[in-house]
Amino acid sequence: MEINYDAYEVVIGLEIHTQLLTKTKAFSSEPAEYGAMPNTLVSVVSLGHPGTLPRHNKEAVNMAMKVGLACKCDINRYCLYARKNYFYADLPKGYQITQDKTPLCSGGRVNVTLSDGTQKSIELTRIHLEEDSGKSIHDMDLYDSLIDYNRAGTSLIEIVTEPVIRSGEEAGLFVSEIRKLVRYLEVCDGNMEEGSLRCDANISVRKKGSTTFGTKVEVKNMNSISNVRKAIEFETKRQIEAVETGEIIKQETRTYDAVRGITFSMRAKELVNDYRYFPEPDLPPLVISDEWLEGIRSSMPELPEELLYRLVNDYSLSQYDATVLTETKEMAAHYLEVAKHTKNYKAAANYLMGPVKGWLNKNALEWDDLTLTGQRLAGLIDLIDRGVVSNAAAEQNILPEMLNDKSANAMDVAQKLNLIQNSDEDFLLGIVVEALAMYPDKIEEYKSGKKGLLGLFMGEVMKLSKGKADPKIASQLLREKLEAQ
Amino acid sequence: MKITDKTIDELAHLARLEFSDEAKERIKEDLGRILEFCEQLNEVDTEGVEPLIYMSDVTDGLREDIPAAPLPKAEALKNAPKADSDYFKVPKVLNKKGTKEN
Repeated sequence: MEINYDAYEVVIGLEIHTQLLTKTKAFSSEPAEYGAMPNTLVSVVSLGHPGTLPRHNKEAVNMAMKVGLACKCDINRYCLYARKNYFYADLPKGYQITQDKTPLCSGGRVNVTLSDGTQKSIELTRIHLEEDSGKSIHDMDLYDSLIDYNRAGTSLIEIVTEPVIRSGEEAGLFVSEIRKLVRYLEVCDGNMEEGSLRCDANISVRKKGSTTFGTKVEVKNMNSISNVRKAIEFETKRQIEAVETGEIIKQETRTYDAVRGITFSMRAKELVNDYRYFPEPDLPPLVISDEWLEGIRSSMPELPEELLYRLVNDYSLSQYDATVLTETKEMAAHYLEVAKHTKNYKAAANYLMGPVKGWLNKNALEWDDLTLTGQRLAGLIDLIDRGVVSNAAAEQNILPEMLNDKSANAMDVAQKLNLIQNSDEDFLLGIVVEALAMYPDKIEEYKSGKKGLLGLFMGEVMKLSKGKADPKIASQLLREKLEAQ
Repeated sequence: MKITDKTIDELAHLARLEFSDEAKERIKEDLGRILEFCEQLNEVDTEGVEPLIYMSDVTDGLREDIPAAPLPKAEALKNAPKADSDYFKVPKVLNKKGTKEN
């Protein structure tokens, strides 16, 4: 049977769990860190001992509010905490403290740019605060599961979208955008492999034009952005094929197997989990005052979207260059620093995006490790613009030296490496004449129309001058001489 | 609300408990009586009354993000029914695919 996949559309809603970079856990004061020895970062509160009381971490609320403001959410000023009840060994209290009917943030949206250039606004349902569970290890002991509670009670926010995502591509872009945002805001390191940013997808399919939803399937365990995309694409195809062959789609949770590139069933939701939410009596309501909200609003850093707009409008960069430069906050900051010292904004962008980024990657370094200041790089661009050094010499010889040497400035390096271009016309003329004399027959060919031969003569001029001839002046002299022959 | 065998089964599942048939009958009766007792509350007219959630008016329960010493590992593990020197131990909670339930 031939299946017309285009007759269907996929409906996707995402839930993104983001671990907040607070120093302590959400409701108790022991340090929240990744990678410590098992069960060394616990307290009577996070272990759920009777008679203990949680107290919420103010910084977690600050961070969640920043994300909410960045996503243009409404910040709710009176929020209750709720208990979500279920039994599992990694949840010692038997319930998770979360927010149910009164999330900190409601609504909001995140814009993504699709590969065909169109913009799409992904609407959010909510962002709420909650705590993480511990970790179970099932494969280290033959008879028992081992539990490590270091992660239990650490701060999370959950970002929930409306079911408005229509492809794996859109989902992937949305997750990248959220990851970029939380990194700009410095509220989460965004590391999907270590699980500090986790994405679950609710996926259903329906015939195009239909206004009802199909049965939704939840897909978990997509621990990279490309896996989010691939898992959704697989699941979409699977569901369409199931509908076409008359198979009933079960409401269930599936996990993504990145090695095989498929999703498979984890558990059928036959016995529907009833979480019996109710207000958490151990925590007073969270009240957000005007002053608090305004304080957070005024402390917001420039967001990637705003920066991108500024780079395109004030610095005349292309959409593409601006997107690359705002990929991380650190790269954008370096760009702005260079742009302070030069008016050649495009050259500054090219240098950072090309050789500087390449050098960092090659040496496994981050932007923060870069010792080349904006002023020094601008100095190099200035030398090129004034014709003092050639572009090739700047990129291949001077820049590497400047990247390795914490203080070297462009002019010193150019002098030391003997790379100052010669723009002295008498000197250049001598070389031009010498170069022409090497190929008398080619001069004839040039004159009869093979203008491409100019390159051959330029090559000789550069060789004879040991790369130091100013190419602009040299080629002009060459042309004049050739025409005059 | 009528307490049926099905209600008991669902509650037992949520609480991860198992009852014998005899115990189930007893619980069904007890639960029925408890609910009946609570039914009395429905006689009160609560039209327009906000639910009372908290017994105090405190709203500022927040704490600054300043680390304090964690509980020493040995103490943390001391009361566990089963543990080794690093981990709490619980019976394996896997379905056949090797993934956890929640």
